[in-house]
Amino acid sequence: MPAPPSTPKVRTHPLGDSALLAELGTRLDTALNTRAIALAAALKKRRDVRQAVAGYASVTVHFDPDQTTYEALTTAIKRLASKRPPMAEPGRLHRIPVSYDGPDMEAVAAQLKLTPKQIVEIHTRPIYRVFLVGFVPGWAYLGPLPEELELPRRHVPRTQVPAGSVAIAGRQTGIYPLPSPGGWHLIGRTPVKLFLPDSDPPCLFRAGDRVKFFAQ
Amino acid sequence: MSEKLRVRKPGVFTTIQDLGRPNAIMAGVPPGGAMDRFAHRAANLLAGNDEGAATLECTLNGPELIAMESCLVAITGADFDPRVNGEPVPRWEGMFLHEGDEVTFAGRRSGARAYIAVGGGIAGARWLGSMSTYMLAARGGMHGRQLMAGDVIATAGPPSGPAISGRKLTRNLLPDYSNHQLQAIAGPHIRRLGAAGRKELFGSPFKVSKDADRMGYRLEGPGIDASGDELLSFGLAAGAIQVPRSGQPILLMADHQTAGGYPVVATVAGAAMPVAAQLLPGDELSFTEVTIEAALRMRTAQRAALDSLVN
Repeated sequence: MPAPPSTPKVRTHPLGDSALLAELGTRLDTALNTRAIALAAALKKRRDVRQAVAGYASVTVHFDPDQTTYEALTTAIKRLASKRPPMAEPGRLHRIPVSYDGPDMEAVAAQLKLTPKQIVEIHTRPIYRVFLVGFVPGWAYLGPLPEELELPRRHVPRTQVPAGSVAIAGRQTGIYPLPSPGGWHLIGRTPVKLFLPDSDPPCLFRAGDRVKFFAQ
Repeated sequence: MSEKLRVRKPGVFTTIQDLGRPNAIMAGVPPGGAMDRFAHRAANLLAGNDEGAATLECTLNGPELIAMESCLVAITGADFDPRVNGEPVPRWEGMFLHEGDEVTFAGRRSGARAYIAVGGGIAGARWLGSMSTYMLAARGGMHGRQLMAGDVIATAGPPSGPAISGRKLTRNLLPDYSNHQLQAIAGPHIRRLGAAGRKELFGSPFKVSKDADRMGYRLEGPGIDASGDELLSFGLAAGAIQVPRSGQPILLMADHQTAGGYPVVATVAGAAMPVAAQLLPGDELSFTEVTIEAALRMRTAQRAALDSLVN
């Protein structure tokens, strides 16, 4: 049996008069993210909570100020976070085909002193975790990206990135669900649709899911 | 469904909005909905509707509408000088239109967004629990787009309240739209500013830049230095004041991105967001630090003003 993870210290901060941010930590860490997702799920069951969204290592809680206060909710969050979270179900596994011919592939290869083939090999190796869904419709922050591929964001973001672009930045990877501006490095593209406006929920990935890329 | 108004001219940017889709943030979809929720709610109540019914949000100027049958309408929010058959008509007051009546707006006098409610509640395409128009996904409201000439505004059903014209909201119960001091609560990353930076944030004049829409307003003013370690992305809320590396804050509005990693130094009180919704590029504003309790007292006062319309 692995030792139970130590209880993270929770810090809450007001996010206006009807929302708060509960921070479990500041590291990109699967265990912290698992706890954040579990805490968000527990908070969502409360009648005074309108919505709870897990971040990488935090939960943003939208509450009804007619039913609770920032202080009362902070106390409740500290109590919930001190409990050992239920064993997380392994998230659904998505296999995503990628054509590794993105416009930044050559530049990324040069910066990392790797060949495009090596980049494909490294990028397709891990099973990534969906740390959080958000930013724009259907966007999912996936990681951790292997250290060998770590690069800062582009100096000049693109004003338009095509939908389906597979991109990397820092220790993260992701897929642009819609045409949008973006500062990540585009190494490939996928035909898989991430934003599904006529489904509910309207996105393919959910926080806690797992993603494996393969070259096609 | 009953057809009430024909759109002769759509105005610069007129969309169907309600109170948004707060649960869609789980999928990265903005909560959306009316930018000025006080004006939106008041318009509905004045037209005998539930306050969450859909209204028209008219940005910068108003549309030209022709009544296809008699209906109760109310116009609230920004002052675009509304007219019926050319004659000035009051805002913040329910009034009956008769078949053939023409609603026009002579021009903007103040504010950015006016709201038009129709008795029965405007009908629109529902997406993820809301009729609010979200143009990026082309969903909700009038086929997911802004109004066009020739569109027909229909209502979903009879008004939930009695159709009485002349219901009005007295001036002293309105938010003070001319006062651009926005009350704000210190946010998660306020400590990054230090004492001097905090003083700059709460007190310095800022200006709404040209980069201002339903997603948010980029502000111009003294550079705010909120630098520090890179943050892991977290869930955001409308009213949050983000500070990117440029030091020029961004005030998040109804169609805001649902998550981000920029420091959030403060969040505008919910009850001050109607004033924020009425700002245009070039307008000056400032932030005043308040406690959560003070922000909630403002909220209670606004609630009481709206409740005065339902009796």
